[in-house]
Amino acid sequence: MNFKLKIWRQKDRQSRGKLIDYEVRDISSNTSFLEMLDILNENLLGRGEEPIAFDSDCREGICGICSLTINGEAHGPDHPGAVCELYMRKFRDGETIVVEPFRVRSFPLVKDLVIDRSALDRIVQAGGFISARAGSAPEANSTPIPKHDADLAMEAAACIGCGACAAACPNGSAMLFTAAKVSHLSLLPQGRPERVTRALKMVQIMDAEGFGNCTNTYECEAVCPAEISASFIAKLNREYAHAILQRGTGE
Amino acid sequence: MIGTLDAKIPHGPLDQKWRSHRDHSRLVSPNNRRKFEIIVVGSGLAGGSAAATLGELGYRVKCFCFQDSPRRAHSIAAQGGINAAKNYQNDGDSVYRLFHDTIKGGDFRSREANVYRLAEVSNQIIDQCVEQGVPFAREYGGLLANRSFGGAQVSRTFYARGQTGQQLLLGCYQALCRQITAGTVQMFPQTEMLDLVIVDGNAKGIITRSLRSGKIDKHAGDAVVLATGGYGNVFYLSTNARGCNVTATYRAYKKGALFANPSFTQIHPTCIPVSGEHQSKLTLMSESLRNDGRVWVPKRKEDREKPPGEISEADRDYYLERKYPSYGNLAARDISSRAAKEVCDEGRGVGPGGRGVYLDFADAIKRLGEDTIRERYGNLFEVYEKITGENAYKVPMRIYPAVHYTMGGLWVDYNLMSNVPGLFVIGEANFSDHGANRLGASALMQGLADGYFILPYTLPNYLASQMGKRPPADSPEFQQAESDVRTRIRKLLDVDGKRSLDSIHRELGLLLWDKCGMSRHAKGLREALVKIRELREEFWRNVRVLGKDEDFNQSLERAGRVADFLEFAELMCIDALERNESCGGHFREEHQTPEGEALRDDENQAAVFAWEFQGDGESPTLHREPLHFETVHLTQRSYK
Amino acid sequence: MIVAITGIILILFVVGHLLGNLQIFIGPDWINGYSQHLRDLGPLLWLIRIFLLVTVIIHIYVTIQLAIENRRARPEPYLDREYVKATFASRHMVMSGLIVLAFIIYHLAHFTVRVTDPRFALLNADPLGHYDVYSMMVYGFQNYLVSGFYVLGLFLLALHLSHGSSSFFQSLGLNDKKLTPRLAFGGRIFAWLMFIGYTSIPVAILLGLIKPAQQL
Repeated sequence: MNFKLKIWRQKDRQSRGKLIDYEVRDISSNTSFLEMLDILNENLLGRGEEPIAFDSDCREGICGICSLTINGEAHGPDHPGAVCELYMRKFRDGETIVVEPFRVRSFPLVKDLVIDRSALDRIVQAGGFISARAGSAPEANSTPIPKHDADLAMEAAACIGCGACAAACPNGSAMLFTAAKVSHLSLLPQGRPERVTRALKMVQIMDAEGFGNCTNTYECEAVCPAEISASFIAKLNREYAHAILQRGTGE
Repeated sequence: MIGTLDAKIPHGPLDQKWRSHRDHSRLVSPNNRRKFEIIVVGSGLAGGSAAATLGELGYRVKCFCFQDSPRRAHSIAAQGGINAAKNYQNDGDSVYRLFHDTIKGGDFRSREANVYRLAEVSNQIIDQCVEQGVPFAREYGGLLANRSFGGAQVSRTFYARGQTGQQLLLGCYQALCRQITAGTVQMFPQTEMLDLVIVDGNAKGIITRSLRSGKIDKHAGDAVVLATGGYGNVFYLSTNARGCNVTATYRAYKKGALFANPSFTQIHPTCIPVSGEHQSKLTLMSESLRNDGRVWVPKRKEDREKPPGEISEADRDYYLERKYPSYGNLAARDISSRAAKEVCDEGRGVGPGGRGVYLDFADAIKRLGEDTIRERYGNLFEVYEKITGENAYKVPMRIYPAVHYTMGGLWVDYNLMSNVPGLFVIGEANFSDHGANRLGASALMQGLADGYFILPYTLPNYLASQMGKRPPADSPEFQQAESDVRTRIRKLLDVDGKRSLDSIHRELGLLLWDKCGMSRHAKGLREALVKIRELREEFWRNVRVLGKDEDFNQSLERAGRVADFLEFAELMCIDALERNESCGGHFREEHQTPEGEALRDDENQAAVFAWEFQGDGESPTLHREPLHFETVHLTQRSYK
Repeated sequence: MIVAITGIILILFVVGHLLGNLQIFIGPDWINGYSQHLRDLGPLLWLIRIFLLVTVIIHIYVTIQLAIENRRARPEPYLDREYVKATFASRHMVMSGLIVLAFIIYHLAHFTVRVTDPRFALLNADPLGHYDVYSMMVYGFQNYLVSGFYVLGLFLLALHLSHGSSSFFQSLGLNDKKLTPRLAFGGRIFAWLMFIGYTSIPVAILLGLIKPAQQL
């Protein structure tokens, strides 16, 4: 298969970037999208041009480092899945493919297609944890958790932290990311003691990081590689309202 | 330079060793802890849990990872589960049995005391993780669910869908985040350790390069903890993440730390087969699939191109069930892998290149229904379909072995400290617990055991004697190390040859896979040693690394790693050549039973092989740590 | 959340207003009686009007503020953009909302302040000084341009509601995974019912199904 590529190149944060045209030829349909970029980079290297910087690590859809917007969709057209799980058989031979980074102000660009997503770490640092000291945990089976709750918590916890939700959101909102963590922890009895401060602080930091607001377009869940449901955003809204009320009544 | 290796195993009966060791280890009082700075390199299950726990205890921790966030460490990709001797299933499990299985699974090449301790703390890990909010699978009654995994005869594996590693890592990442907020842990993401600094014989710091800006920094600490994972990527293609590398441990080796059993690598039997030349990584399909899937190839070579549905039951060879009736499809990893290689070598392999065997769920679907299979393995089936474009509910999966885990690593004593005082090594980066072969669902257990429950006891024992001995980061040793690092980077950029990094790395990988992979023999290993040296020369003469030093430069960061792999590969082959026996994942063709099983040489080789660096171009020196088996009897592993 | 709550109030008003207006189909006495009944509330009517006005202002103020934040959240737009799930309505709430606002202003000028149509002054009030709302509506909508603008305004209102009327459940956390698609469907049905309901009046008048009660 042959492809025409338009790839975003930008030297660093300060420089202006633009789409540059490339071509790749004789790509097998079993090649992954990132391997196709590897091949392009090999070609560039051969010509003495600097390879395109893009992030990848596990290449099996779990580490969440992928950060490409392909033909206008975060992680490309094969949802659900991260870019590393996208294979060239999903494209037409001869197709023109546009590759851009995830574009959100809170994810500043580092180089070409590489972005800085430390804002997501800071949201978790604000309260996305359960304070459990090693050594003081009670026997694991002492608190039974209904299977339904545990399964639902797992669904929320499956988030891979890629930030595609914010990248795809027309408003650049990270609600789905934040909602997934708040929901995961508040669904479990172990997470309840800190649920009020967790919801308040995580939302506060999320806003402070400069993400946009949720207007319920559900674009986030459509591109989420971990298939996190936007209903967790409703859950976050509930948790947040509950937290505001609790704080209001001084409890 | 180094006398006999002292593993510092505590005296007393096996089941009392850890307790009595803890009782007699030295402590650091709470108000003194903040005076110690601990450097933790790596933020996976081992590094992350160690950094979080040490921070919680009040030490000042600096934690480094090359990823852009500690949440992306490669532990995240572990699928199947984590073992613990809880015996929740009332099926006869116990600490002893987990210990025994691990020793036996490791083909009697690990230390009894370490493994027993691992089995002991396994239960605490589950308690800790549940408390952190890890959403383990549960039964309808709300209690934790277990499954049998990778050849175990008891159900002791805890799991969170097919994403156990992810969930455990996130638990530990969250604990780390909490300490970052509390100010006890300072996180340095996208920062790679390029050298270890030793002052007065003690590990006291590291030299790092920021992958973001290219800036080189010196960090001094009171102790250095390496939790930098395994070196499977030396094979180029493996199930490891692209970034996984040997650099941190190899640099420590070059600074005097012993590298133990580098040839012990695990080949995982259930991976998606290679489909093309430009493939960049192999994807693991959880071993749990073997609980319900049946492995087969056609009996006749001629049938290998036929669609599997057209091959009748009578023409199929369920070779694992045939050869190992009592374990069948659940036979240990090394055994299943080698069996797959054998049938493919016979020309009966299926799929592109004939390097694949079927893993068939038709019977399980008939017995349990598609819904049950979907519930158990749904996400794995989806992954499989994404990669291959095939629906495994309808046609059998194709699988083939791939490099997955490395049991070898830096040598450590019972305290997880290397022979260099102050240098601790935990998780996959050390060699300690898995012997010559790791059991399924034990990697996660070891990483977390080391970080949450072992290092926090053994590290203070060292620190107690180190009060006030942290050197300033501009002392001569640091400056020397920094200048060495800079010289090397300049050298990499200056080669300016023609070949790409990938092409050299790929060549190295193929060579090792062929000569030092699933089976090895002396002649092949000697050939490999020559070729590795040639390839290394080629690298330093003809590699092409573009870009600048002080910049975000992905080629440069990978170049350094490939350069280290090229040296490390040699050590691997030397070790494989030296170990004149077959054991676990190390299969020497010269040493096998008439049935083709691994044949150990317990009399002469029941030892850890620890290698000491002697200088570039010099042969490393071998130190043997004899292994004593006081509790378990050495038996020939039999999965028949 | 503020947007959701003010939105709910405005939705309730839209429903009530429609029910009131549909009385035109029953006859002049009904709708005139209804309008007189509202006027008889006196200060209470003003209270309601002020309440609605404040609600509208808050709704607009907050959403504009959010929209500005949202715009800031992505300073560099995508050069190529595809949406997988986000509907046209959900992505253009500000645009549809602002046009609806213009429509409301015109609508108030038209029927409440009665400044746009000089003919309304010619209509006779009844002996007690009550307005003939019925005839105002009929004459008002006989103009194609006026009706056309109403239909356009109502179309955008429906678009706005098709997202807004289900979206508030999400914002207030009143739904779950199963409910969300049903609510989204229900919201669209609701919005277009409103559209049909409201547009039925000008359409009926233009088709001559409703005739003025008094001649000018």
